[in-house]
Amino acid sequence: MAVVVFSSELQLFTGEERTEVGACRFKEIVAELVEKYEALTEDKLMEMAVAIDGEIIHTPFLETVGDQSELHFLHRISGG
Amino acid sequence: MSEAREFKYIGQRTIRPDGFDKVTGRAQYGADLNLPGMIWGRTLRSPHAHAKILSIDTSKAEAHPDVFAVVTFKDFGSVEGESINAGEGAADVLDLARNCLADDKVLYHGHAIAAVAARTERVADDALALIEVKYEVLSPVLDVEDAMKDGAPILHEDMFTQGYEETPSSPSNIATRLEMKMGDIEAGFAEADVIVEREFRTPTAHQGYIEPHACTARYDEDGQSLVWCCTQGHFDVRTSTAKLLHIDLSKLKVVASEIGGGFGGKTVVYQEPVALALSRKSGRPVKMVMNRDEVFMATGPTSAAKLKAKVGAKKDGTITAMQGWMAYEAGAFKGSPMMPGVMTMFTPYDCGNVQVEGFDVVVNKCKVAAYRAPGAPQAEFAAEMVVNELAEELGMDPIELRLKNAAKEGTQTIYGPKLKTVGLVECLEAARDSDHYKSTLAEGCGRGIAAGFWFNIGGQSSVSINMNTDGTGTIIEGSPDIGGSRASMQMMAAEVLQIEPSRLKPIVADTDSLPYSQGTGGSRVTFATGMAVIEAAEDVVRQLKERAAAIWNVTAEQVDYVDGVAINTAGGEKMTLAEVCEAAEKTGGQISGTGNINARGAGPSFAVHLCDTKVDKETGKVDVVRYTAIQDAGKAIHPSYVEGQLQGGAVQGIGWALNEEYIYNDDGVMENPGFLDYRIPLASDLPMIEAIIVEVPNAFHPYGVRGVGESGIIPPLAAVGWSVGNAIGRKVEELPCSPPRVLSLIQNG
Repeated sequence: MAVVVFSSELQLFTGEERTEVGACRFKEIVAELVEKYEALTEDKLMEMAVAIDGEIIHTPFLETVGDQSELHFLHRISGG
Repeated sequence: MSEAREFKYIGQRTIRPDGFDKVTGRAQYGADLNLPGMIWGRTLRSPHAHAKILSIDTSKAEAHPDVFAVVTFKDFGSVEGESINAGEGAADVLDLARNCLADDKVLYHGHAIAAVAARTERVADDALALIEVKYEVLSPVLDVEDAMKDGAPILHEDMFTQGYEETPSSPSNIATRLEMKMGDIEAGFAEADVIVEREFRTPTAHQGYIEPHACTARYDEDGQSLVWCCTQGHFDVRTSTAKLLHIDLSKLKVVASEIGGGFGGKTVVYQEPVALALSRKSGRPVKMVMNRDEVFMATGPTSAAKLKAKVGAKKDGTITAMQGWMAYEAGAFKGSPMMPGVMTMFTPYDCGNVQVEGFDVVVNKCKVAAYRAPGAPQAEFAAEMVVNELAEELGMDPIELRLKNAAKEGTQTIYGPKLKTVGLVECLEAARDSDHYKSTLAEGCGRGIAAGFWFNIGGQSSVSINMNTDGTGTIIEGSPDIGGSRASMQMMAAEVLQIEPSRLKPIVADTDSLPYSQGTGGSRVTFATGMAVIEAAEDVVRQLKERAAAIWNVTAEQVDYVDGVAINTAGGEKMTLAEVCEAAEKTGGQISGTGNINARGAGPSFAVHLCDTKVDKETGKVDVVRYTAIQDAGKAIHPSYVEGQLQGGAVQGIGWALNEEYIYNDDGVMENPGFLDYRIPLASDLPMIEAIIVEVPNAFHPYGVRGVGESGIIPPLAAVGWSVGNAIGRKVEELPCSPPRVLSLIQNG
């Protein structure tokens, strides 16, 4: 199962550092997380970027993950 | 791409396609469009840093015979506080509107209140004096420490600090608190034999682009409209302007002019919605051009910041803990680059115990905007200064200390993922092995070194390549060219098509001509728009093969394409690209490739800088006597432009470190809004910046490209700051190292 590692900021909502998810499509992963953690909202997660196995993806809507994948939600970066 | 490969055109130093127009004056910038019947817009600005607007009476100005329209915030109609993508990420529409024209409060000296459109610029200026504004003047709050105190004057009664487990019930000037941590910070410091801890300050600094903001807008009778402006992102100008004026995207065409510098500062709108509102009201095209005072007072510089940095290490140089604290000024509305500051502060180091806390704080100054690697220079200045001091305390060479602790592939970042392949070690080794570092420091001089990290981004880019019947082509992109990207696009397309780059003409198209493209920023264009160009060129090659196959009555799979020539592997015939294009009419119509992508896989870029300074101990004046900028480009598509980015970033960072700062009086009035008093470095002030390009390919780009536009501004703050301190035997804790401040350090310690 893929592992989601939460930043210290998201741990305010999850109360733990990591969790395993059964879903493999990003949208379903978000639904699974929102169901598991009451304080976490879909809007909060969908406005963030995600790093899947180290690759940062700003709009991960259609992404899929592997069994051994590691996911991190992070703030979207812009620049100057 | 993970290994170096041979290229035919990539890596050459070709002639820039925009060069002749620029040196002959033919290039059309933001203020260069004149339309029939055009009138001039000017802006009334607040003389106060903080005040309630009790009333605005525009009747006398409107009665002036040569005034055609006056607009205020009310002309935006109903504005909701929703989030839109406004150039540098999400922005609050209401804040954006209130920054373009103040609503019920003015929040900084120079805040726009109303605008007039008149027959001439002079009349428009004069008519501003006819607008009567009644204020209730409030106490301004001008720095983060004052703004964060209990009882501080509150800028926004509806703003409550986000980022705590429970949102406070009282309004605050602190918009957001963010904490990131990993490992056990206390255990890390307990392990340390040496701990260094200091506080730092960095000033408000402007991007200092030479071309002021300028635009011409025309609202037609049928509701169609045009905005011509200098911008880093004309699609985002369209989004913001259309939103504020409640018009359909399809009815607003935005044309990006040539641009005389942006560096992040031209990613948001100021005048564009106002000019279009004036045009809508007057029925005439309206031009608005800021003067230099307005650019300084009312456009977005980057945040002043207060920072704390603490680092601990074992005697052998192993860093065991890194801790940071930062408060960034956002200006009048929330949204400083504190968050990337938190994320980048210690990223150059492979340390398991890290904690950083940041605050985004509103103050009565102009709203900040992006500036090259927004947020990173301030945070990494503090980090690099304490790392240099740590090396001193440990008696270690500062490069060896950094090499011992350098971030590399697999290093865990505080913001989440582990790093993929990065080039910090290679940059540090290049610095260590450089002539500069091996040279003996002259008597009375100081030397500083610093590293810098920036993420770089990808994002949406749209490109078309239209081939002509003679085998030439036009590359149509949507990314304004602020740093020479047209040359890079030309070279990447040429590499795929295997024809001379000069046979391809790159142009930046308007918003009617291409799908959406994100703005030029985040060091993304050579990477992301480059990938779109490659995809479009590959689409052209696919079609070339299909057309040749149709002529030869074979399958496309039986056609090879080598050195610009299609080859029938079944029959041996050959057709050049030009011959296939010439026959396009007979094989199905003209050939055009597209590449509309949302690029991912941006590769971070690390930089390492070396700086030697000489300090006049009588006056405190600092001269940079030698400077070397080293940076990982992944792959330098056009090395001259990459060197230019390294040098440009270094010079801007040197200016920030040495002289640049906004100076306000106690009433919040900016006292140095001009280049005479806001001192950016001139060519005659600095030595030639030595540029060393390191190439550690980004595996996610076909040619290995990383962005290079931003990392180069990060190291100068600490490289210069440490160098100055080294020269005078003091510890620099506040920038800029201007003569009065350095003299005070020399005299008072």
